[in-house]
Amino acid sequence: MNQWKAQQPQPEQQRVIVTVVGQDRVGIIAGVSGILAAQGVNILDISQTILQDFFTMIMVVDIAHCKVSLQELQLLLKDKGEEIGVSINAQHEDVFKYMHRI
Amino acid sequence: MPIAFSPAEIMETIRMVQAENLDIRTITMGISLRDCTHSDIQVVARKIYDKITKKAENLVNVGEAISREYGIPIINKRISVTPIAIVGEGCESGDYLILAKAMDRAAREVGVNFIGGFSALVHKGFTKGDENLFNSIAQSLAETERVCSSVNVASTKAGINMDAVYRMGQIIKETAELTKEQGALGCAKLVVFCNVPEDNPFMAGAFHGIGEPETVINVGVSGPGVVLNAVRQNPNVDFGSLATIIKHTAFKVTRMGELVGREAAKRLKVPFGIVDLSLAPTPAIGDSVADILEAMGLEKVGTHGTTAALALLNDAVKKGGAMASSYVGGLSGAFIPVSEDAGMIRAVEEGSLSIDKLEAMTCVCSVGLDMIAIPGDTSAETIAAIIADEAAIGMINKKTTAVRIIPVPGKKVGERVEFGGLLGTGPIMPVHQYSAETFVKRGGRIPAPILALNN
Repeated sequence: MNQWKAQQPQPEQQRVIVTVVGQDRVGIIAGVSGILAAQGVNILDISQTILQDFFTMIMVVDIAHCKVSLQELQLLLKDKGEEIGVSINAQHEDVFKYMHRI
Repeated sequence: MPIAFSPAEIMETIRMVQAENLDIRTITMGISLRDCTHSDIQVVARKIYDKITKKAENLVNVGEAISREYGIPIINKRISVTPIAIVGEGCESGDYLILAKAMDRAAREVGVNFIGGFSALVHKGFTKGDENLFNSIAQSLAETERVCSSVNVASTKAGINMDAVYRMGQIIKETAELTKEQGALGCAKLVVFCNVPEDNPFMAGAFHGIGEPETVINVGVSGPGVVLNAVRQNPNVDFGSLATIIKHTAFKVTRMGELVGREAAKRLKVPFGIVDLSLAPTPAIGDSVADILEAMGLEKVGTHGTTAALALLNDAVKKGGAMASSYVGGLSGAFIPVSEDAGMIRAVEEGSLSIDKLEAMTCVCSVGLDMIAIPGDTSAETIAAIIADEAAIGMINKKTTAVRIIPVPGKKVGERVEFGGLLGTGPIMPVHQYSAETFVKRGGRIPAPILALNN
């Protein structure tokens, strides 16, 4: 059964954009990536910048192998965000694709 | 795997949602009830209930799932159905209150806050079903919670059915009286149209037109707050640049509607109909069409220049939105409902905005005299005359116009009426005191206009 599964083509990536906005401090990346790793979410890219005086981190992640639903992941990230004092959003990539690309 | 979007683009999207009230105002499922006819009205009521609850059973769940995954609020999930005058036509009984109650129960069962389609199209005259529906409107709006009613009394091709206009003046008065304990709330669920669109997702005027498929998903976007912010950030640009800025913003807002509509249609296995790219205000601060007009440089909305400003805004929204969606329909334009727009309420209370100016504004925007509270002692004839004026604008200009007016029993100019929620707060506006009774009571139809010689 497992062998049969392994021969199947890789499921397509399901890309989600995670954004973290708040005051810069120690442990933001560690906190967020810790949750993602624990749930089997692969980080495809990270960028960070200062936008309008706020620390802004943007991650592109693949949730194809995520152990929980996107909704549960959003809740885990929200709780972590409250713990470390930043605002965390996780949204399907299509939102940005539709709004900014034709 | 590089990030395909710049951080500024990503943050722009998030700011629009979190700070500027960008939302999808409604996902509306249109459901045909043409197969629900029967001579026994109880059977029709049961068929209506069964069909709506079956077709729309997943509507709310799917809407909420999409909202969470994409991080875009979807405020309302709603249903529109075939005009009940058509569905009930074959019944031996003429009391369509039973059908309204079946719609109301079905709406509650599937969890939608409004269901539209207690409607009739009478621009050229009445059938038996239309008469029955008219006779049931006031009672039905009083005895149901979620049912919305609309009638089309005029069109560019047929003219204005003045008998229907006068009857609607009376029905609006009856509805106000029957719902006076709730500030005449029934009238907020009743719209009188000229050139009504058959695929409008917005309440209270939504119904499932006879040219529509079995079921369909239509989406209404919103976003006055987003446009307001874009206009405010560019206080000194000329009109060409201003129009471009509004177009860009409307494009982005409408793309969200396109995404949500397509995704909802796919998940519900229902054809995708249209995106209605309207600017629909809410009572929330900063979510106001009036504020946009003031940000364009008017001291107060309603003053000279308001019609021009609204014309530019409405046209730019359409141009930007039309580029963003494969299928645009419904009302598509800026809404100017007084009680639902904090800036409009302020302008009325400060004496800047009158019904006459609102009527002029409806010449250049969608939809019409919307959510306007007037004194409770206004006569049915005066209300009919207001409807006739608005229908004439729509008929001559080949556009949709509508009247949703609320004569609040016991209230006078200067007072307010609270509707609550998205329906907001209505300041009572004065109407003209001279009578149009003799004119309204002539009866018959105002003939359709000539469509050449346009001046």
